[in-house]
Amino acid sequence: MKTDFWYRFFRNRLAVIGGIVVVSLFAVSLLASWIAPYDPNEINIDRVLESPSSEHLLGTDQLGRDVLSRMIWGSRISLKVGFVATGIAILVGAVLGAVAGYYGRWVDSVIMRFVDVMLCFPSFFLILAVIALLEPSIWNIMIVIGLTGWMGITRLVRADFISLRERDFVQAARVIGAGDARIIFRHILPNAMASVLVAATLGVAGAILTESALSFLGIGVQPPTPSWGNILTAGKDNIDIAWWLSLYPGLAILITVLGYNLLGEGIRDSLDPRLRE
Amino acid sequence: MVFYLVKRLLTMIPLLIGITIICFVVIHLAPGSPTDLQTELSPHASVEAKERLMALYDLDKPVHVQYLLWIKKLATLDLGHSFSSDGRLVVDKIAERLPITILINVLSMILIIAVAVPLGVISAVRRDSLFDKATTIFVFVGFAIPTFWLALLLMILFGVNLGWLPISGIRSLNYEYFPVWHQYVDLVKHLVLPVLLSAFGGLAGFSRYMRANMLEVIRQDYITTARAKGLSERVVIYKHALRNALLPVITILGLSVPGLIGGSVIFETIFAIPGMGQLFYLSVMSRDYPVVMGILFIGAVLTLMGNLLADVSYAAADPRIRVSS
Repeated sequence: MKTDFWYRFFRNRLAVIGGIVVVSLFAVSLLASWIAPYDPNEINIDRVLESPSSEHLLGTDQLGRDVLSRMIWGSRISLKVGFVATGIAILVGAVLGAVAGYYGRWVDSVIMRFVDVMLCFPSFFLILAVIALLEPSIWNIMIVIGLTGWMGITRLVRADFISLRERDFVQAARVIGAGDARIIFRHILPNAMASVLVAATLGVAGAILTESALSFLGIGVQPPTPSWGNILTAGKDNIDIAWWLSLYPGLAILITVLGYNLLGEGIRDSLDPRLRE
Repeated sequence: MVFYLVKRLLTMIPLLIGITIICFVVIHLAPGSPTDLQTELSPHASVEAKERLMALYDLDKPVHVQYLLWIKKLATLDLGHSFSSDGRLVVDKIAERLPITILINVLSMILIIAVAVPLGVISAVRRDSLFDKATTIFVFVGFAIPTFWLALLLMILFGVNLGWLPISGIRSLNYEYFPVWHQYVDLVKHLVLPVLLSAFGGLAGFSRYMRANMLEVIRQDYITTARAKGLSERVVIYKHALRNALLPVITILGLSVPGLIGGSVIFETIFAIPGMGQLFYLSVMSRDYPVVMGILFIGAVLTLMGNLLADVSYAAADPRIRVSS
């Protein structure tokens, strides 16, 4: 079973490309302090808004800071936000979905109506409203993105639980006296992890996009901490003179999100080839 | 049909109550009471202003009473007064900005359908062709591209380098001196980029969905039957298959409403369009809570309406839904 998965995964060229992108990003953000050519926050008033050159490969920003170094450090933010936000979404989504699917009846209706209500809110509105009330900091952003992104996972996990809860192995566990919590978390949940893993990979991509949009609007990661989104804000402010401030950070977001999406779809296809259209 | 409609309207009641509860919870998320923040932000805030806020949210009363009183106000669309210096009614502020936001969203929805349906159908019919592969690449890039970045790039290209399109606002400065037809042209020119970009995000998902739908329909027995009785491929695809593949699209259109409305914050801010999204952004930045809460609530209600409209049109188009429910 496991070897089948890896066999199918490595035969899927796009999935492997996605995997390489994701792994390289991990490497870049872990090694940021070694590979960044300059200090990302080092201001140099003499070299403001210089176009890309051999000294500053991707140019400098409005304070003379090296754009490449800021982008390398910015990858840490993206990674952090993507994983923490998705982690929160999975925790909430999986627990609620498991409870709804396992117990059914009124518990299920209450949880699923809650999901319906949450889906009525344009998620970007909800995130902005909460950030307006709290302080815009990286932790608040990660929590809010996570708490507005669990609904899809709840639906997936619930569907898995409904189809699994009457299976023989669950009956067997019940017969030997396992409690509800044990059955939910030790017996059924591991069988539902496949769809969660796929949703999580795609969720990281979504969280990175949301964070960059928030930072771009100035409500996300606050300067001087470099993030791809707030480098783009500088790009917008200098739109007619410094194209490189707009081009490169966006390209980084695009490639990253594309990488996670390809990886996610690749994992799905490899887990269950029948799901393939 | 009437039975279905009544049933569908009844299911909206718990959702509406849920929406108000979440809005209410969000208001009370603020550390301390909203009045504290207000006075902190504007040191000039007088005792009188503080009392006005106390009255708006009834902060001196127990929580459940606060909620009920707030609901009572909501029912009469009394969303309070804006914190900004003009101090106008929140309802008025939102109402004057809603039309342009709805206009842009409706236009982009039309654009999405007009482009995504043929794209999806053709790539399904010519599965694995060059066209299909190109569409797939487009879809993947479309999913991953940050649309605000695409907006920046298009602004640089069409606004700065080529100078073809204006990049901010919905009217030129000397708009009032234009002849009438020129005013329309001016408006259209200002709307091209915002509509294009707000449609772009939905385009990818929608054409992908359309393709999957079409592939599913083509496999059905009635399509084989249509072919077997000698109908031309044209009729089979564009009459028998397309009609059935289009049905679920109605639902997806309804589901895409929150995304479009949420996206309006980004586009209206980038292009300086005086719509609801820009108002929301400005209110968030200046912590104008009554306006933020008002728009949050109205955004959710608009989504609810979109879903209702989608479900009802689905039921109207597909008798199976009406009968089985």
